[in-house]
Amino acid sequence: MKIKQLSLFLENKPGALSRPMRLLAKAKFNIVTLSIAEANQFGILRLILNDWEQAKKLLEKKGFVVRVTDMVAVEVPDQPGGLANLLEMLEDAGINVEFMYAFTEKRENKAVMVFRFDDPDHAIKVLKRNKVNVIASVDLLKQAGQP
Amino acid sequence: MKKSSTCGFQPVSTPDFLPSNQLKQLQLQRLQGMVQRAYDHVALFRQRMTERGLTPADLQSLADITQLPFTTKADLRDTYPYGLFASPLRDIVRLHASTGTTGKPIVVAYTKQDLEVWQNVIMRSFAACGLHAGDIIQNAYGYGLFTGGLGVHFGAEALGATVVPISGGNTQRQLMLMKDFGSTAICCTPSYFLHIVERAPEFGLNWKDLSLRVGVFGAEPWTESMRRRIESESGIKAYDIYGLSEIIGPGVAMECECQAGPHIFEDWFYPEIIDLKTGKPLPDGEEGELVLTTLGKEAMPMIRYRTRDITALSSERCECGRTLRRIQRIGRRSDDMFIIRGVNVFPSQIETALLRVEGTLPHYQIILTRNKGLDEVEVQVEVTRELFADTVGAIEQLQRRLSQSVESLTGLRVNLRLVQPQTLQRSEGKAKRVIDQRKM
Repeated sequence: MKIKQLSLFLENKPGALSRPMRLLAKAKFNIVTLSIAEANQFGILRLILNDWEQAKKLLEKKGFVVRVTDMVAVEVPDQPGGLANLLEMLEDAGINVEFMYAFTEKRENKAVMVFRFDDPDHAIKVLKRNKVNVIASVDLLKQAGQP
Repeated sequence: MKKSSTCGFQPVSTPDFLPSNQLKQLQLQRLQGMVQRAYDHVALFRQRMTERGLTPADLQSLADITQLPFTTKADLRDTYPYGLFASPLRDIVRLHASTGTTGKPIVVAYTKQDLEVWQNVIMRSFAACGLHAGDIIQNAYGYGLFTGGLGVHFGAEALGATVVPISGGNTQRQLMLMKDFGSTAICCTPSYFLHIVERAPEFGLNWKDLSLRVGVFGAEPWTESMRRRIESESGIKAYDIYGLSEIIGPGVAMECECQAGPHIFEDWFYPEIIDLKTGKPLPDGEEGELVLTTLGKEAMPMIRYRTRDITALSSERCECGRTLRRIQRIGRRSDDMFIIRGVNVFPSQIETALLRVEGTLPHYQIILTRNKGLDEVEVQVEVTRELFADTVGAIEQLQRRLSQSVESLTGLRVNLRLVQPQTLQRSEGKAKRVIDQRKM
């Protein structure tokens, strides 16, 4: 149920982002979604892509420090309060959201969000109990993006 | 670790154990010959002796050496290329030169006999840390004009060890051959070895699967904490070899298995410690600048050469039984020191501070800038796998811990910048730790 996310340390300087992007593009990796967390002097690039193990190997070979994190991809109804309701469930169960970002494409009338929880396994249980659709693999995420 | 004999004693090590009166006698005899040779053949030296009203005959005892003039790096530059040679070129069989980044290099020369002396001290260096015929020595010092590569090479061969002359760089190949050839020892700069250690997991290498047991590290100052780091990460024993091209190259001094500071091969190199400011000799145990005199160098005698390395001599008997005095490990050089906002700082202090923070491999660089008349220090530290966390908060906390550690050790507030791995300049020779961009 968990989806692997790669994170990369980037310096805050011109070209820092384009270099890994070009590397991945050249090797034909398809990035499903990404986000950047930025601080004053550095940023963390977070990536979800199809063949993460190969992508990690490639990036490490090129000298990047790469970390793998378990993420949970969840369908969120695209309507007012859709996300609020979902967060409430998690809050009731005492689960902390460390960060989250959206998946670029919509699936019918639902958005897809990617979450980093302090306890992903517990979060998945709670979400399932509440009949929230947790997306099991990157492939499914990819299909979601294709009408 | 299995010792082949008592603390690295092999027949070649015999001079390491000379009784001190015999050693002194030998030193005086050789020193007198050396001074005569320099006086007869090196114009600059003869001129300086004459200015002082001295002739070689005035050298009656070892203590008289303090009357002789110093030689400095500037003298080598001023007489570039051949001005300090005491042998005709036809007797010189090898030239080496510094890899300095500014201006003309420094040239050093060797006769056949000089190369034999060099071989001898390298053999004794290897023997001192328990290496012998049968060991496989991977020589990752750069081959070429730099004295490290070839110096170590011929000494290792003379010892009867198997040499892998891989030279510096190409880390993946270093690791592959280390495994496939079963190398038992490696020679390189300590910072380059740390780089190799850091890259090993990328190539699926586990230190437990390797035969490597000894590292002979030199050509740049390093700290005791760096040694501990190297030893705990790789499981090998790390030894400090000291030398400089102006004197002979690596092999001026080497640690024995007690790892208690390098023993100077005093039968060939006469050490003094002097006060940095006054130039006056200091007694054993006191810290100052190391001054060396070659006792058997034909092609290029060096009389009282100022090394700029700061250390102290120890005449305390080492547990290994060697009668040779030891130098404190050299963590700093007088020309590495920088003064910032009136505070004297050595790169080694910054290194120690960074190492105190768990999980930091010390690939770092110190950048000095001047902003509106104010000096600023930026310490750039490469992010490693161990340091990298997936949240901004965790990384910022690390940044704070590192800069606090530097501040508490040096009293200096620095801007600590984390940089992407493998972006700082790597040393295959000497690591460049300080970049001074201040316009004075």
